[in-house]
Amino acid sequence: MSSRIELLNAGLLRSDGRRPYELRTLAINFAPQGTADGSVTYSHGLTQVRVSVLGPHEPKQGTRRETFHDRATLNVEVQLAPFGVGERRRRGRSDKRLLELAASIKSTFEPVVQTHLYPRSTIDIFVHVLQLDGGLLPACINASTLALATAGIPLFDFVCAISGGVYGTQPLLDLTTVEENDVPSVVVGVMPRTGRVTLVQMETRLHMDRFEEVFRVACDAGKVLWSEMRDALRERTGDLVDKLEAGPGMVVAKETET
Amino acid sequence: MPEITILKRPREEAVITQRMFFKKTARGKVIKVLRERYLRDDISCGVNGCRACDATAQTVLSRSGDTTHKGFPTGHYILPDTNVFLAQMDLIESNYFTPPIIILQTVMEEVRHRSLPLYSRLKALTTTDERKVWVFYNEFRSETAIVREDDETPNDRNDRGIRKAAEWYNAHLTLAHPPIRGQPNVALPKVVLITDDFANRQKADKEKIPCISVRNYVDGMKNSDQLLDLLSATGSDEVEPTRAVAGRTALYADYLPMSTLVAGVKAGQLHQGHFNANQYNYLEGNVPVPAFTKAVLLAGRENMNRAVQGDVVVVEVFNEREWKAPTDEVIDQEATLKNDDAEDSEEEGDDLMVHEHESKALRAEHTKKAPAEKQPTGRVVGIIKRNWRAYVCHIDSTSLTSSNATSLGLQTVFATPVSRLLPRIRLRTRQAPSLVGNKILVTIDRWEITSRYPEGHFVRTLGKAESKEAEQESLLLEFEVPYRPFGKAILDCLPPEGEQWVVPPKSAANPEWRDRTDLRDLIICSIDPPGCQDIDDALHARRLTNGNIEAGVHIADVSHFVHPETAMDNEAAARGSTVYLVDKRIDMLPALLGTNLCSLRPHVERLAFSVIWEMTVDAEIVNVGFTKSVIASKAAFEYGEAQLRKDDPKLNDNLTQSIRLLNSLAQKLKAKRMAAGALNLASPEVKIHLDSSESSDPVDVEQKALHETNSLVEEFMLLANTSVAKKTQESFPQTSVLRRHLPPPPTNFEKLQDILQKRKGLKLDVSSSAALADSLDKCLDPKEPAFNTLVRIMATRCMLSAEYFNSGSVSRDTFGHYGLASPIYTHFTSPIRRFADILVHRQLAAAIGYTPLHPSLHSKMHVERIMEVVNRRHRMAQMAGRASVEFYVGLALKGRNEREKEVTEDAFVIRTFRNGLGVFVSKLGLEGLVMFKRDTQFDAENYTISVPSSGIGRPDVTISVFDKVTVRIEVEKDKNTQRGRVKMTLVSPVDSRAL
Repeated sequence: MSSRIELLNAGLLRSDGRRPYELRTLAINFAPQGTADGSVTYSHGLTQVRVSVLGPHEPKQGTRRETFHDRATLNVEVQLAPFGVGERRRRGRSDKRLLELAASIKSTFEPVVQTHLYPRSTIDIFVHVLQLDGGLLPACINASTLALATAGIPLFDFVCAISGGVYGTQPLLDLTTVEENDVPSVVVGVMPRTGRVTLVQMETRLHMDRFEEVFRVACDAGKVLWSEMRDALRERTGDLVDKLEAGPGMVVAKETET
Repeated sequence: MPEITILKRPREEAVITQRMFFKKTARGKVIKVLRERYLRDDISCGVNGCRACDATAQTVLSRSGDTTHKGFPTGHYILPDTNVFLAQMDLIESNYFTPPIIILQTVMEEVRHRSLPLYSRLKALTTTDERKVWVFYNEFRSETAIVREDDETPNDRNDRGIRKAAEWYNAHLTLAHPPIRGQPNVALPKVVLITDDFANRQKADKEKIPCISVRNYVDGMKNSDQLLDLLSATGSDEVEPTRAVAGRTALYADYLPMSTLVAGVKAGQLHQGHFNANQYNYLEGNVPVPAFTKAVLLAGRENMNRAVQGDVVVVEVFNEREWKAPTDEVIDQEATLKNDDAEDSEEEGDDLMVHEHESKALRAEHTKKAPAEKQPTGRVVGIIKRNWRAYVCHIDSTSLTSSNATSLGLQTVFATPVSRLLPRIRLRTRQAPSLVGNKILVTIDRWEITSRYPEGHFVRTLGKAESKEAEQESLLLEFEVPYRPFGKAILDCLPPEGEQWVVPPKSAANPEWRDRTDLRDLIICSIDPPGCQDIDDALHARRLTNGNIEAGVHIADVSHFVHPETAMDNEAAARGSTVYLVDKRIDMLPALLGTNLCSLRPHVERLAFSVIWEMTVDAEIVNVGFTKSVIASKAAFEYGEAQLRKDDPKLNDNLTQSIRLLNSLAQKLKAKRMAAGALNLASPEVKIHLDSSESSDPVDVEQKALHETNSLVEEFMLLANTSVAKKTQESFPQTSVLRRHLPPPPTNFEKLQDILQKRKGLKLDVSSSAALADSLDKCLDPKEPAFNTLVRIMATRCMLSAEYFNSGSVSRDTFGHYGLASPIYTHFTSPIRRFADILVHRQLAAAIGYTPLHPSLHSKMHVERIMEVVNRRHRMAQMAGRASVEFYVGLALKGRNEREKEVTEDAFVIRTFRNGLGVFVSKLGLEGLVMFKRDTQFDAENYTISVPSSGIGRPDVTISVFDKVTVRIEVEKDKNTQRGRVKMTLVSPVDSRAL
């Protein structure tokens, strides 16, 4: 029935009431997850992913031969919650889609994480997809950036990813599942400070003349996302710093002040 | 470029903006679906100068609304409910319906969900400039968005949304018209909810929303007279948008098992035959069966039970009391079902609207018919063999859910076959938008009992509709003409010398000269149509010393090159015949043979098969001989050229004398044939003038000119064919290839006889071909010379078609050729373009002892099988040729329409329908249909309809069969299918556009 939904109506409104260049609402939550060094629950529209970063730590027994003498290795694992996706089905560890997703995330972050600082060690990125409504890879990447940052792992820059598509001749940003099923789409990951692009992924055919426009818009959207992610991170770090400086006594003092 | 922003949404809003539900797919899987929406405040109300809305937005609604309606003197806008668009689209689309309309997004989506074609019409309405239509996206505006409540049906929810939007609009208008200090409060325009749903109106009244039913609204309009007519009767309260999807219900009866069918046919309870669809009425078909003289009528979709044109079906005949006469109305599938939906019918068993339309179309006009017109009526109970193939179709663009060219979504669309005899085919494709406007090939896969339409799949694209290549290929495919180039194995059968092949010098050593007569010195010439390249016959005549005349027909000796059981022979047998299209010829044999080695070109030596008669001066045959020969034609004439030469008194050379001699004999032969009762039949033949061979743009159409020399060639060919037929039949009584034309059953003529009797007081005697020929000669209208030709054309249509047959397979007394009034006949004279002639050549060669007969031609089975193929190919080739002419006539008309303001031609009425006329334009050889929008006074007994005349107060104009009328001819492109159609409208005696 998805074909019965008009993706972009004559009033230039998308099926969920957005205009073509409007992104869905963002929510970033840095609540700690178990023993993870850095963790983020990131929801973008109805897509929700949780990323935990562990490390850098000594490689586990048995995976030693995959380590490098001059840098750290990234280990990315993606799991899809059975209730998160449309069709409820058990996905094993060797699900090809998930392995591919993990590989994309890994190759995106390899040039961004300053791995040379941690030779012979491993950084684990565990991604849990809790709910899915389009834009899975961008959500995973954005959440991983934030989680790596909260774990205190030095990065050269943020990676802000977003999906873009074309409906007719009109570029769209941040596609939902309904849109992803219908329009050709491209995922772009940018490093906003330098403007460099670490990821471009396209699984559908897109006309060459349209690609440039979508790509450019997606790069700009990455920068918009960046400011949002940076603010969230700053706020959280600010909180932490406040709490570190205050100590238990100061909290009381603060309360008396107010 | 618009700014890129993140839409922030507070968490509290999630209740009304997020939705999660589960859905079961067709395969039984349960899918979780998540939806969300973002509510906005920047959705404009569309009223000019509204202060509350974004001032930059484009607006279309005037500030004071429409003040011409009686019920709303202070001005109003209308806000129609979904049922208004579903039932009253014609009204809304009318140019007289002018109030400003607000269409809600909820309504748009409901219409889209119910019927895509209606949705496209609605969308077209929103984009036309002259109409004041505003689409309000109420589901995205924060004040008007609503959430479905627990105990609410989707329909109730939508109704509530519509009422809410109407309420909001009325409140909003007070903001748009703020009271100005010092001035009295102006009366505000209202937003009026229009709905035919009684419950909805009640609720709206309770909520103090102005609302009204469609009829009451139209009553109060200033031009209600014109509009009330457009009001459809279905607009009653029971039309419920968004019904819950019912389970699949069977639309058709199941077929009986094969064993029952076979047993039933054997016992005579059931009847087997080919299904023929009615091209005028898609709800009717017939099956000719041997048990009845008239074909069994199948009326209605249920009785046709999924049979498709050409299928071999088994029918059950009803009790005689239930027999019906065929309808006299034109029912066009596209018009009746234009609002049917490709995806809908997949899920919903019976769509009320379709059902109603169809039963209206099939209404009981049968009652007042005379019992004589009734014919056996029945229903299909089983299919013996499907004859499905790939059909050339167009995509119906209104059935598309998304016309977006980049859409990759799977869509279910309708493909409309080019042939009117076929039902629409449902197709699932991912590339629908790019296929629109193309000719495509579609095959039918299955037709389930739950599905109104057969399901098929896309095979390939032929090209843009109306491009010559695509049209040509589609023609060939439609008539199953094999048109691939010849393969290597076939070309290897050609003589290795190729173009350089010549008849070797005469000597006993050369096998070519074995038993061949040397006729190189005879004054032989060929006479053919202009531009003919494959000359397969040549003639000569000379006076003998005994006073008699020797006349010879020389046919290209194709059997010398095409040997039995070679690749070339098999291919030629499969092709059966050369197909002539207007701008292309699809050869049966490779071009080297057809246009060179076997073509009896002038001044070169060629191998031939000659028939030579000795005749008296009165064209009585004294003696006939057959021989293989070598000839050297002295000249190749066109018909006109030969005619001029014959008529030129100054010319007196041997060649001219030979032509004159032939001509005199031909005239006598013809007179004898006519005396024997041969029919002079007519078929509409026109010639297309092409601009040049390269551009092939048709310039004009004219009727083929006939010269005396046409008849000259024809007579001698007939004579040769008859003589050869006698010879081969004598030699091989069991397997000779012959051609016959069975006398038509007298019932075929009943209708024509009746029409002639009633309209013109003329009698048609069909007791024998001679009697028919006589009475046809008497069918004259002194005022109208073309009348006789028209009657001849109509008489021809009542006859059976001629066929090839194997002499051993039928009884001796059915050999006769009715049209030619010849007791025996075959085809011998065109071996380059007909395969049957090649077989006859082989048999004749064996009959004169030139070669032994190939064993395959001794086998009755084998010959019968070939005859079957050849007959079919022959028929198809004729039809393809005709269709090609039709296409070019269409192109020429289009050209004329562009040059002239309008094209009008005289035409004869050949059929009358309740709502239209079948007309024949003799000048263009074009048959067409004039449709009236409303029914006329129809007198089936007298083949007359009465049409209200254009002037008021004047009596009705009656039009009957054989009347001469003037029609305007336009070529109109069907909006949905991109199919160019010839559309005819009546100009005189009345202008049918007014009807």
